[in-house]
Order: sequence, then structure tokens, then C-alpha cells
Amino acid sequence: MFAGFMMNTWAVATIVAPVAGIVGFFVVLRGSAFPAHAIPKGAFAGAAGASLLGISTLLGLAVFSLLGALGIGALGRRGRSDVATALALVMMLALGAAFLSRTTQYEPEIYSLLFGEVLGVSSTQLLPVAALGLVSIAAVAVLYRPLMLSSVVPEVAEAKGIRGRRMEMCFLIVVALATAMTVPVVGALLIFSLMIGPPAAARSLTSRPGLAMFLSVVIALVTVWVAIAASYTCNWPVGFFVGGLAALSYGLGRGWAAWRHTRATPAAAPRLLAAADRA
Amino acid sequence: MHQLWTWVFEPGFFSSAPVRVAAVTGGVAAVVSAVTGVFTVMRGQSFGGHALGDVSAAGGSGALLVGLNPLLGFVGLGIIGAGVMDTIGVRRVRGRDLATGIVLGAAIGLSALFLYLTSVSGATTGAPAQILFGSIFTITSATIPAVVILSVIAVASIAAVWRPLLLSSVSPDLAAARGVPVRLVGLLYMLALAVSVGLSSLAVGAILSTALLIGPAATALRLTRTVGWALAVACLLGAGATWLGILLAYDSYYWSAAHQGLPVSFFIVAVIFAGYLFSGFPAARAAAGRRDAAVPPPASPAHEKIAA
Repeated sequence: MFAGFMMNTWAVATIVAPVAGIVGFFVVLRGSAFPAHAIPKGAFAGAAGASLLGISTLLGLAVFSLLGALGIGALGRRGRSDVATALALVMMLALGAAFLSRTTQYEPEIYSLLFGEVLGVSSTQLLPVAALGLVSIAAVAVLYRPLMLSSVVPEVAEAKGIRGRRMEMCFLIVVALATAMTVPVVGALLIFSLMIGPPAAARSLTSRPGLAMFLSVVIALVTVWVAIAASYTCNWPVGFFVGGLAALSYGLGRGWAAWRHTRATPAAAPRLLAAADRA
Repeated sequence: MHQLWTWVFEPGFFSSAPVRVAAVTGGVAAVVSAVTGVFTVMRGQSFGGHALGDVSAAGGSGALLVGLNPLLGFVGLGIIGAGVMDTIGVRRVRGRDLATGIVLGAAIGLSALFLYLTSVSGATTGAPAQILFGSIFTITSATIPAVVILSVIAVASIAAVWRPLLLSSVSPDLAAARGVPVRLVGLLYMLALAVSVGLSSLAVGAILSTALLIGPAATALRLTRTVGWALAVACLLGAGATWLGILLAYDSYYWSAAHQGLPVSFFIVAVIFAGYLFSGFPAARAAAGRRDAAVPPPASPAHEKIAA
């Protein structure tokens, strides 16, 4: 499990999980699960296009995920944002289908792009993944205060001169960056689970943003590590374990929150009221 | 004249059996999707509608693995998924978003497992592409009766709860105040959505299922002022886009010397997407006109009409 050829895998997973945990925290906070699903899934078309043109997959993914983010932002300006997201997604997927129809012998690659191929990471992939990961974390750090404000209290943010739409666009671009780096490794469909499950679980454990973000990173790391170990042991696809563990951690988080709630209600009503005031 | 005719409809278009089956199934899927889609767009549940497509695809790959009828897998897991989403989703929009995402993530994980196990058992090749992209040209005419029956069930269940569904889609609070069982109506609607999405995912592929559900309905809601008209226009747009896409895909075979056609799903989605973009222009002009008249723009014309 810790043989030489697995070291890249562990390294990449350890870079990907914190990024997914941190970006995902804002995905959950802002209720942007749909764009977080649509951008990676649509970006998959970019990989298909890149293979058709014979250029780097990472470049294709980056271009298409940015196009997806900009498209969702632009369409959402004039219509409902969920409709805009759905239509941008299907248009990108349709382009992907068109690209795929032009290539041959692509089957295993489609599968690994969609569902991830953690067990075959080459060391040339390490550097770009680490670089993109750093860029997305840095972007979140720069945007931290305005992003937090516009996610939690949009009205106050507007009053302070933070444009909601501009913030949404910046955030979608961060999601696109995180997507481009993670898709070749964990797959277009599973990065989404990693961005939703761990942060959602963390949010039900605590209401303090800093702590929740930290917990979200920890849960994401554990999820990825366990998934890789399990996948290595029984040879099932890593995506299955990531999806299952993400849903499980969310379920446990919800269960824990409900249990604490029922225990807290009779005795600690005043404290709850104070907490509600703070929130 | 004859030349123009053969230029538009390349030889053999009307006598081709796959084209006929595709036109019938695609038309039925487009109409059912348009009917459920109008409510999906009004209720802001596009994510749920899309997610159910992926959930039912997981059912389809599971059915493929154990050798069940794929239709059973598609519709069955879709219905289960809809039930779970409704159960764990709290009523706030954000909670619903999250619940949808969790169910979707788990379903995608299951698809990954089923497709992997199928490929290991070596029964079929091309399963991932088939499940994910589907192809309207590979349907056999034997599936038509099942598709039609399930479509009728989906449309009939929407028609049965028409008024309470409309009221609770426009204003859940008002509906609750009038004694409409909002939660139950919502669940019924989700089930109808699951049936129609599962059906269209099987018939035309997961991409097209979302495109047919959201595109025509959103375009129609922009162009019309009452829900009745929106439904009619959405059905026409959906069926029209499907047939135009089929025609273009058929013709595209003759466009290049190498006879490399482009996939039909690409053309249908492109037509739907273009329609949505163009429908934005009159809506934007109307909004600009309203701004000139210094009247605050309503949230959506269709909604305003019903509320009044």
C-alpha cells in the first residue's frame, strides 16, 4: 500500500482533500451545490476536447471549467441561476459528446476522468496539482472576509459595497480552479462528493466558521485516505468509497446534531437562545 | 424545389426505422419533460431534476449488472432517490440543495461501483458511455409501449394535483394557509418528476433528460404570461427541438466527405440552448421598457398572473 508507485497517489490525495474541504465549506455555506456539481462535470468535456486536439488534459479541463464558471455567471445575470446552471451544464456535456464521437478508443479514459483514477498518478502531475491547489487556497484567503460576509448576510455585504454578483463570479472561478486540479485525480463526479459531504458534516458539528473549516479539511482528508486504502485493498473504484463515505459523514453529522439538540432542549434552553442570537 | 427538399431531408430520412422510433420516443419524452419541467423551473428545483437523472442512471447501471430490465432500474432508483431527497431535505431552499447533493454524490458512487463490476464481469463494453450519454438512435421499438405508459402515468399524476400543485409552487405559504397539504403535494410532484426523468434518461440519455426538462420550460416561462400557455409552448418547443435535432444529426452524416456524423444529443441540446438564449432578448427588451416606465419589474410574469 505504501510502495513507491503509491507515494504519488498519497501525496496528490493529501493536496486535493484540504482544497476540497476549504472550497467546499463555502459551497455548502452559499448553497451552491449545483454549480459545484456542474463545473467539474462540464469540465470533463474539456478533457475530451483536449484529447481530440492532442493537447494537455489539464489545459482542456482548466479552459472548460473557467468557461463553465463564466457561462453560469453570465446566464444567471438574466435568468434564474439554477436554470442557468442546468443549461450551461448540458451544453458543455453536449460538446463533450460531440468531441467523444470524433475520437476512438477512449472508453477507459472516459471512465477514469468521470470516476477518478487515484491509483495511477504520475509524478509529472504532482507539480501542476500542487500549484493549482495553492492558487485556489490563496484565492480563498484573499476573498475570505467579503466572501464570508456575502454568503452569510448578503444584505449587509451589499450595504458595505460588496457586489453579490461579482462575489458569486469570483467564487465560481475559485471552484473552477479547484476543479481543474482535482478532476484528473479523483474524477469529475467525485470531487463534488468531496466538496459537499465533509463540509456539510463539519457544519452540523459546529457553528464556528474557523473550526468548521478545520473539521471539514480533517474529514475530507480521512475520507480520501480511507477511500484510497479501501480501493487499494479490494480493488473497487475509489469513487464508490468517496461517495459513500461523504454521504456517511453527512448522515453521522446530522445524527449527532439531532441527538445533541434533543438532549439540549429541556436543560439548556437559555444557552440555545443565546446561540440563536449569535447566529 | 426537389433539390431543396433533398437538401433539407437527406435521402432515406423518412423511411429509416431508427429515425422513426427516435422521433416517437423523443417526442414523448420531450412532452412529458416539458410538462414536469414547467413546475420544476417554477419551484426552482432544476438541481433536483438533474440529480434524479444521475440517480436513475445509477439504477440503470445496477440493472445492467444484475441483468434486470434497465427501465425498472432507471425508474425504480429514481423514485427511491426522490423519496430520500424529500425525506432528508428540510424545506428551506439551501437545505434542499444540500440534501440533493448528498443523494447525488452517493448515487454517483454507486454508478461507479456498478459500472466497474459490469466491466470486470466483461458482459458488455461501452456501458459507461451508453448509460451516461445514451443514444436516441439505438432505442428498439419494443420499448415504446413502456415509455408511453409511464409517460401517461407521470402526466396524469401532475394533472390530478394540478391546482394545489400550482398554488404551492407559486406560493407555499399561501397554499399552506388555504389548507393545501404542501408537503404531500411536493412529494407527489417529486415522484412524477422521478418517473419522467428516469424515463427520458433511459430513452434519450442523461444529458438530454436535463436539457429537455429545463430548457423548453424555462424558455416558455420567459415568453408567456400564464402557466397554461407556458405548458403548451414548452411542449411545442421541446418536441420541435427534438425533431430538428434528429434531422440535423441525420443530415450531418452527409456534411463531411468522411461521413462522420455528430451525435444527436449534441444537436438537440444546441437547438434548446440557442432557443433559451434568443428568448432572453424579448424578455430583456420588455424589462428595459418597464424600467423606462418606472414600474418595478415583477419577479416573473407567469407567477404574477397566477398570484393575481
